[in-house]
Amino acid sequence: MEVLARLAAAAADPAEAKNIAAAGSAGFAYGLAAIGPGIGIGIIFGNAIEAMARQPEAAGMVRTTMFLGIAFTEALALIGFVVFILLKYA
Amino acid sequence: MTSDQPSPFTTGLSGPAPEMSVSRDLVKRGLLVLPLLCLVAGVIWGMNGAYSCAFAVALVLLNFLLAALIMAWTAPISLALMMGASLFGYLARLGLIFLAVLVVKDFSWVSLQALGCTIIVTHLGLLFWELKYISASLAFPGLKPGKQESSPVQP
Repeated sequence: MEVLARLAAAAADPAEAKNIAAAGSAGFAYGLAAIGPGIGIGIIFGNAIEAMARQPEAAGMVRTTMFLGIAFTEALALIGFVVFILLKYA
Repeated sequence: MTSDQPSPFTTGLSGPAPEMSVSRDLVKRGLLVLPLLCLVAGVIWGMNGAYSCAFAVALVLLNFLLAALIMAWTAPISLALMMGASLFGYLARLGLIFLAVLVVKDFSWVSLQALGCTIIVTHLGLLFWELKYISASLAFPGLKPGKQESSPVQP
């Protein structure tokens, strides 16, 4: 109800409407930025587990590269997060 | 899946956890470059920038450590658990970083530009730095940087 009340108030005040639209857009962009890395991490994990199942003796090497791959993929989400923070609060 | 193949739900990975040593390396290097990063942020954004930079580096290093801990803890139990924990851990860690920034964003010593830039630069910079060592040691284990004096490569 509070959201509806704010939306109704925003309709009367263009500045408030702009703020709400900016907040919604920033949140939407952050959500989109988190989807890609989520898919990427899933692909990395799936392939790493397949590789470890095929060659258990190489599990250490696979785990090392998998960890780095996940961290690199996560950087995309962090970039989206930082852009969101800067757009929303800076 | 036939019955003679191991199930990922019951198969765990025994042995040492390489991600823990990678994350320890990352933390060591992060602490090594922390004064330099704070100095640069301080020059650009002032004292608030330096404080925010230190906070951002701490966030990134804790993020690396937490990711490695989750994987190292779940890998001996089962591969499926490791995959699930890492994927949900990714969401949880993003949420924790978001929460940490949300809590401090209104403090007087926080410069959001410095915080954001340091998070990205530190995360990517440390990973590329570590990648150099990992690549060298994966391609030629004897050439691992820092170990050359103690274990020279045999022809």
